[in-house]
Amino acid sequence: MARITLNNIRHSYLPNPKSDDDYALQRVHLDWDDGGAYALLGPSGCGKTTLLNIISGLLTPSEGQLLFDDQEMTSLEPDARNIAQVFQFPVIYDTMTVRENLSFPLRNRGVDEAAIATRVAEIATMLELDSMLDKKAAGLTPDNKQKISLGRGLVRDDVNVIMFDEPLTVIDPHLKWKLRSKLKELHQKVKRTMIYVTHDQTEALTFADQVVVMNFGQVLQVGTPIELFERPAHTFVGHFIGSPGMNVVPASVVDGQVQVAGQVIDTASDLTNLRQGSVEVGVRPEFVRFADAGIAGTVETVMDVGRHTVVKVRLEGIEQIINAIVDEGDSIPDGPVHLQFDAAQTRLYEDGWVVAETQG
Amino acid sequence: MKTSNPRAWFLVLPVILLVAFNALIPLMTVVNYSVQETFGDNLFFWHGIGWFQDVLGSERFHAALGRQFLFTGIILAIEVPLGVAIALSMPRSGPWVPICLILMAMPLLIPWNVVGAMWNIFTLPDIGLLGYTLNSILGIEYNMTQSPLAAWITIVAMDVWHWTSLVVLLAYAGLVSIPDAYYQAAKIDGASKFAVFRHIQLPKMKKVLTIAILLRFMDSFMIYTEPFVLTGGGPGNSTTLLSIDLVKVALGQFDLGPAAAMSLIYFAITLLVSWAFYTAMTKDDQN
Amino acid sequence: MTLEIQDVTKRVGAEIHIHETSLRFLPGHFNVLLGETNAGKTTLMKLMAGLDQPTSGQVLIDGVEVTKQSTQDRQISFVHQFFVNYPHLSVYENIASPLRLARISSSDIDRRVREAADLMKLTPMLERRPQELSGGQQQRTALARAIVKDSKVVFLDEPLANLDYKLREELRSELPQLFADRGAVVIYATSEPAEALMLGGCTATLHEGRVSQFDETSDVYRNPVNLTTAQVFSDPPLNTAVVTKAGGRCTLNTEVSWELSGPQSQLADGEYMIGVRPHHVLPTAISEGVAIAGSVQVTELSGSESVAHFRVGEGSWVSQSEGIHPYQVGESHTFFMDVSKCFFFAADGRLVA
Repeated sequence: MARITLNNIRHSYLPNPKSDDDYALQRVHLDWDDGGAYALLGPSGCGKTTLLNIISGLLTPSEGQLLFDDQEMTSLEPDARNIAQVFQFPVIYDTMTVRENLSFPLRNRGVDEAAIATRVAEIATMLELDSMLDKKAAGLTPDNKQKISLGRGLVRDDVNVIMFDEPLTVIDPHLKWKLRSKLKELHQKVKRTMIYVTHDQTEALTFADQVVVMNFGQVLQVGTPIELFERPAHTFVGHFIGSPGMNVVPASVVDGQVQVAGQVIDTASDLTNLRQGSVEVGVRPEFVRFADAGIAGTVETVMDVGRHTVVKVRLEGIEQIINAIVDEGDSIPDGPVHLQFDAAQTRLYEDGWVVAETQG
Repeated sequence: MKTSNPRAWFLVLPVILLVAFNALIPLMTVVNYSVQETFGDNLFFWHGIGWFQDVLGSERFHAALGRQFLFTGIILAIEVPLGVAIALSMPRSGPWVPICLILMAMPLLIPWNVVGAMWNIFTLPDIGLLGYTLNSILGIEYNMTQSPLAAWITIVAMDVWHWTSLVVLLAYAGLVSIPDAYYQAAKIDGASKFAVFRHIQLPKMKKVLTIAILLRFMDSFMIYTEPFVLTGGGPGNSTTLLSIDLVKVALGQFDLGPAAAMSLIYFAITLLVSWAFYTAMTKDDQN
Repeated sequence: MTLEIQDVTKRVGAEIHIHETSLRFLPGHFNVLLGETNAGKTTLMKLMAGLDQPTSGQVLIDGVEVTKQSTQDRQISFVHQFFVNYPHLSVYENIASPLRLARISSSDIDRRVREAADLMKLTPMLERRPQELSGGQQQRTALARAIVKDSKVVFLDEPLANLDYKLREELRSELPQLFADRGAVVIYATSEPAEALMLGGCTATLHEGRVSQFDETSDVYRNPVNLTTAQVFSDPPLNTAVVTKAGGRCTLNTEVSWELSGPQSQLADGEYMIGVRPHHVLPTAISEGVAIAGSVQVTELSGSESVAHFRVGEGSWVSQSEGIHPYQVGESHTFFMDVSKCFFFAADGRLVA
């Protein structure tokens, strides 16, 4: 187990990067505590896999250092880093039984047989693999195979970090849920440092204590799920997290007031240092409600998603759709409506980045 | 999911006809000859299983069959490990891959009789590069027209030169299909090079190696042109493999009956060994 | 346009893949087949598309029997989970391919291809090859090919399963609109309950080769006819428990019992299986809430909601609530079950109240 420091790391796949655009991974500086659960979240091609490969040792970054407990790891081979990894597709040793698979990392390190047996039994119980220990691993279902790959990491007690690279990709949807909670449960039990890479916000948010949201090779925000949900630092974070994502509406600042579609609205942002002109307003569908007065629009579609209803409203004057969430059982408006935004949860964004909030 | 559609049979009909003309009808002719005796003039008499008894009891056949198994055994024992070793040492990616592949494929493109002729000239003691070097420069006596051992070494070396590439290419295809994640996982698990070979590479190559061994078994068991051109079966009968013997009986002595019986026994052995091997290799996959 | 199957079954050897099924699909909305992997969704679609023959029963398009007709003659489109495009053709030619086969004039083709590309937001990449596109764009190309040819029936077999989460969300809300005015019957297979809900229309729930219910999506979700439907159509999984009804009271265990009201109180005395969705089991007191104490096993907090897995005796329960509830793993917490949202199932799985 270890504390992980990414010290001003950046990476380019080109031999002589010139501009910032040549970097697949822009400068990153992160400190991760020992025993924490972290997630790297972003769409395909956002740089999360590059970052993962730098930590696991498959890539040496162009600049910066990687430290495990203040020990330099930057250019060490993967096997010298004491890490474990669960891949997108289950990697198991086909010819071996489940027991042999789980013993393999220990056997390779010359641990004595009695210690291996105890350790394997312990991990198998934790992963609910006891009943299949003597089966050939090749014949198991994908979720059990993924548990074996994870088990091979867990049996070693000297592992610095366990990494997951979209581990639920090949799992049936109805089992995804089970395995996801199992991973969370394991983390809560063993308290090892774990890093989970995914494009799926639900997986990232439910697994991690801290989520790193990335896009275009850049870290946009690092925060707890609550922070990411309530205070997105960038419109992309707002949009990417939440179902549906945050509404981002063009707005203008006129005489120290924010206007959306000609209506003045209240926000949590501090307007004092803001330039006049066009900005964006971000508000989550959860904080949009229907009222007698406010921004005018027309209900376009209504989507009943079970626990609540998503109402799409087209704003009058600007061609912009706003999502609003209505709780199950509440009445759903029809036709022309007026919208109000919860001021405490409404923020301004300038060039994509959030504007600081008013103090007090 | 299986479905049956009677129209599908029409689609395979041409293949069935082709196979019938190519294989079944000639085979039936052979079956026909194998149970009859002829004294020329196109007169045939029923001979039952007589020829089969004769062939199976003949020492000549036993000797040829023994030589055949020895040959096939030796070349499999050399070509398969060698092929796998070469495949393992080839680069997995990069500019060298196509170059290696072309180099490997080259021997496979040379016709059998040319290979035989090449090695014949190559090993001539007076002018052949290898023959001359061994005899006149290194002083090792080497003449395959006189020494059975030299003849055997030559035909084995020739076959290894000609066909190891096939094993290499198949094994290589198996190797490159292994996802990188397996190697990464093995590194993380601290596996040794041998453990990687034993638990990742070998199991993943099993299917293609099965095919490689089958192909090499069948091909080497039926080999004719190359040793015929190279040694003509000699010196004496020392390199007279089954197929060479068969041709001697059928065309040299025009004993159609015994030759036909011999062909069928030959065919049955090839089929039986291939089947037994294939069943043994794929048994694990069934359950 | 309609698509109908009558008494269709599919048997392979001794195994029954589809039990006797009759369904009637209409255009104008999505028809969703919802079920776990191997529930029979793809099999059923293949039978309807003519890619496979039913063991018995009939398939009718617009009232005309097509059971023996080949797929090519049925005027259908099929979009798979994996992006299937012609790798050697440009996006334009990929979309045009079904029209070229139908021998339509090239000016007509051009108009329709551009129209479909526009709908699918592919106009800027018409000249590119499929492998130069992202997964989402490749799948949109396959979808454009499906809509360009005026099919009578469009089959979409988990078309979004291999896409990024956010992209899936976007396409999911766009798809019903794209197909809305085309007059085709759209059949969409998915294994995710949330997807069925978002697509709306009608949903057939499948389990082990049997359709357990087929009706308007929100109706199937809110009023499942049996336990199977409720379980198939619940994500996270439905909480279930055996209860005993005696007089006006319902007893779950020695600590938990409550007074029944409405139709539930009219049930005959005896044992029932109750089912309650995780979002009707909340960590804070609610009206009509019955308190259940459990020990928290796992907690999952996304930014907007909290999920807790807890044990009550031998049973495991899940609570899903809006907002943030900081549970401690291992602690005992009192949850509140909204009994007005409870389903009561008889021993044979039928919904009784």
